[in-house]
Amino acid sequence: MAIATEKLIADLQSSFGSALSNFEQPYGLLTFQTNKDSIIPVLKYLNENEEYRFRFLTDVCAVHYPATKELAVVYHVQSMENNFRVRIKVFIPESNPKIPTATVLYESANWQERETYDFYGVLFEGHPNLKRILNVDDMVAFPLRKEHPLEDPNRIDKNDTYFGR
Amino acid sequence: MAHIQLGNDSLEKETTTLNLGPTHPATHGVFQNVLEMDGERIVSAVSTIGYIHRAFEKIAEHRPYYQITPLTDRLNYCSSPINNFGWHLTVEKLLNIETPKRVDYMRIIIMELARISDHLICNGILGVDTGAFTGFLYLMQERENIYEIYEEICGARLTTNFGRVGGFERDFNDIAILKIKKFLATFPTVMKSFEDLFNRNRIFIDRTVGVGAISAEKALNYGFTGPCLRATGVDYDVRTANPYSSYNEFDFEIPVGTNGDTYDRYLVRNEEIWQSLRLIEQALAKMEKEPKGIFHADVPAYYLPEKQDVYANMESLIYHFKIVMGEVDMPKGELYNAVEGGNGELGFYLISEGGRSPYRLHFRRPCFIIYQAFAEIAKGSLLSDAIVTMSSLNVIAGELDA
Repeated sequence: MAIATEKLIADLQSSFGSALSNFEQPYGLLTFQTNKDSIIPVLKYLNENEEYRFRFLTDVCAVHYPATKELAVVYHVQSMENNFRVRIKVFIPESNPKIPTATVLYESANWQERETYDFYGVLFEGHPNLKRILNVDDMVAFPLRKEHPLEDPNRIDKNDTYFGR
Repeated sequence: MAHIQLGNDSLEKETTTLNLGPTHPATHGVFQNVLEMDGERIVSAVSTIGYIHRAFEKIAEHRPYYQITPLTDRLNYCSSPINNFGWHLTVEKLLNIETPKRVDYMRIIIMELARISDHLICNGILGVDTGAFTGFLYLMQERENIYEIYEEICGARLTTNFGRVGGFERDFNDIAILKIKKFLATFPTVMKSFEDLFNRNRIFIDRTVGVGAISAEKALNYGFTGPCLRATGVDYDVRTANPYSSYNEFDFEIPVGTNGDTYDRYLVRNEEIWQSLRLIEQALAKMEKEPKGIFHADVPAYYLPEKQDVYANMESLIYHFKIVMGEVDMPKGELYNAVEGGNGELGFYLISEGGRSPYRLHFRRPCFIIYQAFAEIAKGSLLSDAIVTMSSLNVIAGELDA
């Protein structure tokens, strides 16, 4: 059974209206934006809808956009029965990076959200154990944010200016 | 530990905290489990990971695309070629490069060899963890043969840095083809004797049946993919769900289990090895029908030219310089591309804003996602069963930490 993209978009829009925006399909993958209040209802709708059955959370990660001082939390969900993927983005301000946790729906969100917190400082509200996971516990920075340098800026033994790093 | 409530029937006066890892021979990698033990039974487990975190996602934001291939080597280092080709396929999708059929078949041969070597290690070591060393030694020799094939084609063995964007750096030579054919001829006998040793072995069955079981629903909720998911009975495989690299032209089956326990995971992996052999045979036959000497797509802006052309030909020199210095501008785009790795769906989420390096690259590492279920699976089981479970989940530290 295949999902008709137009029908899915229409169904989502009739359920959530203006909370969803920027529908596009880069490289054939349906992508849209929503806000932090609607993300869990949207995921829940996709998960529990008997026709679509997006029961599988493939991936959670974040992207930093320093120009607009925003963080994008990106969810990839997948319907294995229909072999269909959807990407959902939520933009949250860098100054108040809070978003509700998806662990209420998917156990797999647990570590993926911890990883996202670890690297971007996204605070998943309601997460059972929001601690750093890959970096050391006493680290203060969020290393995948763009302002964080790749290497210790105090080093003088390496000069990579010519290689554009 | 005061916060742990012991069962009424427990003979112990208090629980014991046991550090399993970070360097423990049974974890096969650097990660730690802090276990609360009631005698020999696990009351709770807390996994600590990140011991070999190398910040690949950060490094990738500063490297030209071709320099990211060696980073992917070090994710699941038991099957590096799959990671390499997964990355190349992602970049090719970004650039809309269509690879020649022969390249697809060559890739399938290498990817399936990698899958075999990955599963061999997992199942061999599962034997070691249950106390049977012999099978492991049988299989190590076969892994060695696979590594010799890699060596013949790309010069490396473990962290292979296989191929390039667009194809391979060189064609399979005659010795490589011979070695592949020899492997196809000799390996089934060894695999058969390995299966004979284990499949109906009383001790092995006692140690694995019903151990570390997980239901299909739970496995999906935990984000399982790959053999661990298929052992629960869900026939999800990226190779058939979203075929890449011409997998759709091949005739192979997706083995599934029923209980999702350690024994099923073992059987699924074994059966996948047989299916991989079928795939290699078919790919080799298809490859020989294709015109010889084609081993890369014709994309001079992204594929390094032959060295002799660089010295003799102005255009090649320019391309060589631009590629090596990372001065090739990539198109803008955002995509998610997945391949079926040794442990499951290995995804690459790539955002390119133009320029020499990705704006963002995220690796969806199957191990990382699967391993979070370990605490729940291990709860209430014996320590020795937990070790067997961990072994059959095939947790590779490199893929866990990225």
